[in-house]
Amino acid sequence: MIVEKIFNKWILFFLFLIPVLGFIFEEPYYITLTTKVVILGIAGIGLNLALGYCGLISFGHAAFFGLGGYVTGILSFHALSSEIMFSWPFVTSGSSDMLVIWPIVILSSAFLALIIGLLSLRTTGVYFIMITLAFAQMLYFFAISWPNYGGEDGLSIYMRNSLPMINTMDPLTFYFICLCWLLIVIFISAKLINSSFGMAFQAIKQNEERVKSVGIETFKVKLLVFVISGTITGLAGSLYTDLNRFISPSVLNWQMSGEIMVFVILGGIARLYGPLVGAAFFIVLEQTLGSYTENWQFWLGLILILEILYVRTGILSLFEKKLKYEK
Amino acid sequence: MTSILFFEQLLNGIQFGTMLFLMSAGLTLIFGVMGLINLAHGSFYMIGAFSAALIASLTGSFWLALLASLSGAAIAGVLIEIIIIRRLYRRDHLDQVLATFALILLLSEGVRWCFGAFPLYLDIPEILNGTLPILDDIIYSKYRLFIIFMGLLIAAGLYILISKTRLGVRIRAGQNDRQMISALGIDISKLYTIVFALGASLAGLAGAMIGAIQSVEVGMGEPILILAFVVIVIGGIGSIKGALIGSILVGVTDTIGRIFLPELLKIFMEPASATSVGSSIGSMLIYILMALILIIKPSGLFGKT
Repeated sequence: MIVEKIFNKWILFFLFLIPVLGFIFEEPYYITLTTKVVILGIAGIGLNLALGYCGLISFGHAAFFGLGGYVTGILSFHALSSEIMFSWPFVTSGSSDMLVIWPIVILSSAFLALIIGLLSLRTTGVYFIMITLAFAQMLYFFAISWPNYGGEDGLSIYMRNSLPMINTMDPLTFYFICLCWLLIVIFISAKLINSSFGMAFQAIKQNEERVKSVGIETFKVKLLVFVISGTITGLAGSLYTDLNRFISPSVLNWQMSGEIMVFVILGGIARLYGPLVGAAFFIVLEQTLGSYTENWQFWLGLILILEILYVRTGILSLFEKKLKYEK
Repeated sequence: MTSILFFEQLLNGIQFGTMLFLMSAGLTLIFGVMGLINLAHGSFYMIGAFSAALIASLTGSFWLALLASLSGAAIAGVLIEIIIIRRLYRRDHLDQVLATFALILLLSEGVRWCFGAFPLYLDIPEILNGTLPILDDIIYSKYRLFIIFMGLLIAAGLYILISKTRLGVRIRAGQNDRQMISALGIDISKLYTIVFALGASLAGLAGAMIGAIQSVEVGMGEPILILAFVVIVIGGIGSIKGALIGSILVGVTDTIGRIFLPELLKIFMEPASATSVGSSIGSMLIYILMALILIIKPSGLFGKT
């Protein structure tokens, strides 16, 4: 584990280095790419709390990612077109200030996670997987058939949302905003995992009956983990909309849920930095394979299958072992 | 007028439901016997449709194409079971979900490689073209009636297979106690391959029959796969009876809801917003139905608790 901690420091170092190099050598494309890794990493860290640490196999985290994205998109769409969003119980025409948007995103994703959690946590095992999937699909079809915000074509926002006194349109500045969020999320997750509450939800993954027998209400613990997990992923969705200045139903699609899950598994399940490594690996793979062949997903599928059949514990674990043997 | 429209939509719903049944029967059987959650089931739907389109373009015969969809998907099923799926039975659900998710990427891109990105078309044969009058003044597409007929035929066939034959006894025994039937000297891995291939071929047949109404393209299997999941969650995982009733319920609710919900809302709302709200809620209706059933009975209508 000590070696993994050193490796994690290297990851953070590279997260500072790559975009700064991109800035110096005037290659903003790499800054954008690293921003994408950071944002998807945040989404994965959110899912990892529920999936990796608590054993709640949610196949519907795209719902939170997409909700965060759509809340951001809709608020700023109204602010930019100064169109009234709704007039009851109070009149508002949205907002393009990130300091307003983030709390709304956090509250709404937490609320959605609460509702989905309340319904789906009544079930376990395969039922839970399929139900979370179905809820995400429900939102997906809703987004497609709701014409006000672009429907199937998606919604463009012409200006990235703003922060007071900071120029968010600058790629490097926006990158560091995302990086700050990543550090906050990692910090919170680490605190959570090592708290007594964290002990409880990690114990639930191993044996729920025993946790129940010592008097812990496991349903409430699981619900809280699910809500925190969904909220973090929702926040990532908000940043993702700002990065692309575009939101479409495709981020609500079940494939998005699968991809977030892939980040977690590729990097290493129940490892704090795992999803970040997984997301980085995924993006690098997409870029390199994608430049050679149109069918890069074929090779992605092959790598994934081999990973699951033979490696099983993710990239970080490979690194861990290698370093240990070298010693 | 409305009653004719309603009846027609009801038949559409049943037709959709019988196709969902072909998908969900395999899915629920595979889960019931092997404990495998198979996301790649939609890929067999696609493989079936592409095999049919290939044979139809070579021979021009729709019936040979249907046969090709059954055997093409079954062969793919056997190969994939032996190479990959077999290793997943003992793994947890998470590994199964991810491996079969990866399999979807692999198979979809593989098919895109072989057949290109453009959709193919399957022609409906002469005899099934046109419409048939049923009851007094209702006419309905012959081909869709054929689909309903095939669906019911296969449901009956499955019933006989499961409850009357030796293979059926083994499948039911496998659902109850896997270790025991292998201890009794039954080649369990062969049984698993047979069940998997059976499920795959049913999905392939569904793909070919729907492919003739819509188009045959990469990614056609996934939307219907997710509906099949909803079906087996509603019906109770592992229950074929549940899959049949769940399919019809989902098929009819979806079709009727999309058509009549906007009409219904027009009574209360102005027409323009009734149409948009109605169609949005209509597309969510089956998921609401699923949530309701789960609140009442978390293990589905016919699931074991």
